[in-house]
Amino acid sequence: MKDTMNIAPAVIEARGLNLVFQTDDGPVEALKDVNLKVEKGDFVSFIGPSGCGKTTFLRCIAALEYPTGGSLTVNGMSPDEARRSRAYGYVFQAAGLYPWRTIAGNIRLPLEIMGFSREEQKARVERVLALVDLEGFGNKYPWQLSGGMQQRASIARALAFDADILLMDEPFGALDEIVRDRLNEELLRLWARTEKTIGFVTHSIPEAVYLSTKIVVMSPRPGRITDVIDSPLPRERPLEIRDSRAFIEIAHRVREGLRAGHSYDE
Amino acid sequence: MKSLMPILTVVAAIVVLWYAAAVALNRTWVYDQAARAGQPVPGATQVVAETMRLERPVLPAPHQVAAELWKGAFGQAVTSKRSLVYHAWITLSATLLGFALGTALGVALAVGIVYSRAMDMSVMPWAIASQTIPILAIAPMFIVVMNSMGIQGLLPKAAISAYLSFFPVVVGMVKGLRAPDRMQIDLLHTWNASGMQALLSLRFPASLPYLFASLKVAAAAALVGAIVGELPTGAVAGLGARLLSGSYYGQTTQIWAALFAAAIVAATLVGVIGQLERMTLKRMGLAR
Repeated sequence: MKDTMNIAPAVIEARGLNLVFQTDDGPVEALKDVNLKVEKGDFVSFIGPSGCGKTTFLRCIAALEYPTGGSLTVNGMSPDEARRSRAYGYVFQAAGLYPWRTIAGNIRLPLEIMGFSREEQKARVERVLALVDLEGFGNKYPWQLSGGMQQRASIARALAFDADILLMDEPFGALDEIVRDRLNEELLRLWARTEKTIGFVTHSIPEAVYLSTKIVVMSPRPGRITDVIDSPLPRERPLEIRDSRAFIEIAHRVREGLRAGHSYDE
Repeated sequence: MKSLMPILTVVAAIVVLWYAAAVALNRTWVYDQAARAGQPVPGATQVVAETMRLERPVLPAPHQVAAELWKGAFGQAVTSKRSLVYHAWITLSATLLGFALGTALGVALAVGIVYSRAMDMSVMPWAIASQTIPILAIAPMFIVVMNSMGIQGLLPKAAISAYLSFFPVVVGMVKGLRAPDRMQIDLLHTWNASGMQALLSLRFPASLPYLFASLKVAAAAALVGAIVGELPTGAVAGLGARLLSGSYYGQTTQIWAALFAAAIVAATLVGVIGQLERMTLKRMGLAR
């Protein structure tokens, strides 16, 4: 406990984490011996083919799944305690906005559930709408917005209650490349402004390299971490950085990691 | 108005078939009457004309039923015991009360089934079993038992209505309350929402399309329940009473008029629910 407390206490720390699902076809090792330390302000991407456990690991952090072995702490607490203390906001692949609520109403929903006062709700909704560049769209209904705008609204909803961790499970996976680029750029700006710790699941190599300070490469059967890359890229990243030598080198290393971890003997 | 043509065509076909059936079924009576009076066998046109204006036909002609309906609805004050409006209101009031009780019971059971594992495992077989018992067999039991407890009039009929109408609501609402997908449930979990908050903010609104579909079936079932509930009480008032007294006195035209009155009431109920459904779902952005 002492070493973790001295300089930078880990926001997320996994030690020897295992998760075995019991299925009809026998046990499946979704996560095996996962060790990872995420520090405050990190932008961590989890990348790997489907079945590598990247989403499962994120869900463990969010206390949506429960590990069967090892230890996992979030802000020094168990994931369940962290969930109850609103340590994180979660963004899913689909925006999942309620069609019967306006955009502002959707963002207000977690605030209502958590019992914020009315004025507080209003102020926070205004603030996060501005944060994701959706000022003036509060009174619109979800169907009146494009897919990218809906996803931005769902990010605003995850930010509304001031969690210092943002967990994102392929949030831009269903969007086209152009919208995706724009949202990636905005996400970086948002991260710089709010200094949150972000956990981001993706299967796009350029997306992972562009966004992250730390890239976690995973491989399936059993789900495990094969490589952790600390990105040397500066925190300030224009889109053009993707043509730089450093960027291409990291992307290459990620690709090699993915290839090494992937068995083709199936 | 493109949809009007096919509907009118079907209605016209039914009316033609009905007239043909009326002639075929009432003809024997006309021949017998002529024979009894010692008159010569009547010609075809005379037979057809006679079958249309019998006092107690086997099958009354459509215009006879229409005339009886008109007379019943507008021929006297609505407070008169001969008014179909009066009888329809008696039945409708029991229907509405039973429908409300049945809907409340159905929703409550569905919430229990979705939230309690014990209820999930145990309630549905009983609900299904309750609907396999013929309502005609169980309705008199309701009346007798409630009468022995000193409850008479509206409530026993409404109870029978509720007995029939809760079932479609349970089935629809269980499906509807479980309609939100895994992701939406997980999202509420990440906010540490209570079961009640999940019910009010997500499950209830998401179940409304299912609820409205169930309500239409339940409304029609409630009306059947109210009419059946009026039969064992000795035909005092209500559409059921009109059906029963019509059959006592061989007043087939009266029976048919009561049947159509019941159909009109049911269609109106379903229509009103349909209109509410369209307005609500459109407002909620759930319209398909």
